[in-house]
Amino acid sequence: MAAIATLDRAAKKGVSAVQQYALISGRAVGNLFQRPFYGADIITQADIIGVGSIPIVILTGFFTGGVLALQSASTLAQFGAAAVTGQLVALSMIKELGPVLTSLMVSGRNASGMASELGSMMVTEQIDAMRALGTDPLKKLVMPRIIATIIMLFFLTIISDAIGILGGAAVSVFLLGQDGSQYFHTAYQSLRYADLVQGMVKPLFFGFIIATIGCYYGMTTRGGTQGVGRSTTQAVVVSSVLIIASDFVISRFMIGIFGR
Amino acid sequence: MSQAVVAPELQQHPPDEPAVVFENVTIGFENKPVLDNLSFTVKPGETRILLGPAGVGKSVLLKLADGLLRPDSGRILVFGEEVSAMPEEQLFKLRSRIGIVFQEGALFDSLTVRDNVGYRLTEERLPDEEIDQRVVEALRFVELEHTLDKFPSELSGGMRRRVAIARAIITKPDLILYDSPTGGLDPITSTTIIELVIKQRDVYHTSSLLVTHRLQDAFVLASHRFNREANKMEPLPEGHSDPQTSFLVLNDGKLAFDGSTHDLVHSDDPFLKEYLT
Repeated sequence: MAAIATLDRAAKKGVSAVQQYALISGRAVGNLFQRPFYGADIITQADIIGVGSIPIVILTGFFTGGVLALQSASTLAQFGAAAVTGQLVALSMIKELGPVLTSLMVSGRNASGMASELGSMMVTEQIDAMRALGTDPLKKLVMPRIIATIIMLFFLTIISDAIGILGGAAVSVFLLGQDGSQYFHTAYQSLRYADLVQGMVKPLFFGFIIATIGCYYGMTTRGGTQGVGRSTTQAVVVSSVLIIASDFVISRFMIGIFGR
Repeated sequence: MSQAVVAPELQQHPPDEPAVVFENVTIGFENKPVLDNLSFTVKPGETRILLGPAGVGKSVLLKLADGLLRPDSGRILVFGEEVSAMPEEQLFKLRSRIGIVFQEGALFDSLTVRDNVGYRLTEERLPDEEIDQRVVEALRFVELEHTLDKFPSELSGGMRRRVAIARAIITKPDLILYDSPTGGLDPITSTTIIELVIKQRDVYHTSSLLVTHRLQDAFVLASHRFNREANKMEPLPEGHSDPQTSFLVLNDGKLAFDGSTHDLVHSDDPFLKEYLT
């Protein structure tokens, strides 16, 4: 009986968490169309989330593209297809690795940041103070983070894709001795509209996941500084897992639509 | 203390309408009852001191009054409006008439004192000059006008509490909720904070609900008045207490006492006797 009661409690807690997550996300997005509009807060968050993440996105993109070229070139060479290294790097970066790795990096940096910042505000009653002073924290704190993350992750992914292809080119030309123009030619020729759409749609979903999960764990923080630490860890873990899981679902959906 | 420049605002509600009414309010967390069938009233201009052992639900009660929490059952009316049944959007409007001082001040640590105190005015998109002027007025009331550009982390505990009071009174609210404003402070700083509460009570006659577990502070509040000429508080004659100040005592989630200072001191209730000693 005790085991059933424990399961019952856990199930209720899980359902309640999903409900609370949906309410926070829904109300925050709904606030976008209500006054007052916190445009300055969106720009501030865009600066913190977007501009602040550029160095890690550049580094991740460059080395991912590089290692992709390095690993694939030897395999492709066995089939006499080393010339299509550019195509493989470009397609992999744009369709999968660019959006997913950029999102994982931004998640590690910003979902944790949001959870810890909002969590600290929760445990020090600053969120209650904000409500008491007549401001909706979902409008002032959550909505700008969601909008800024979605917009900035889109552009960060484009940067990551471009730098990744450049990284692959650098490895192909300087380490593997391939022809640079051939690399870029195959990379460009292989790309289709569907590939770009697939790569550009993903960061919109991933951005939403990062911001809403980060804010959800922040806004539901309990238990002092220990609680803040717990929320921060959970935000990164859950958003990372959701990014990878939703990547599979979006990919399957996109392949179903575009056939590639 | 310098004379306050903050002027009292005209009351927008009927003068005899209670500021706060709790009707059979019950709330619990994780199946544990915290407040059980609580009923009391705060009349206009009245200061009610809420006493009780730590963890009895005093802060929960204040948050209920501000609509930050919702009761499991019962009704809470503030200025005649039922906060326990209002949507959050309407509560934001009502809260413009309520000031609240949180237990640890709850100042926004990434904003300066100026931005903290003027937060509400900034949200109302008032011109910067007007915000600056009103922030200085409110800070002058708590004698901290020199801290405008400091961050909360650069202030002492007592100064943070005073800034929180300035933030609560800047819009000249009709009701102020004080959540342990002297908690964790040394006796001298506590007296400074209590003097500010007395000043707000006697100069502006603002209705208030003050939570404390420090009996000394509670009785200073009940036994002193603010002398506007001397600009400081002074004790009332021996045996007298402020008629507008009365007590509520919570114990085990229930109201153990609701009455005047005189009745509290002379109560035969064993719990109250033990608590007061």
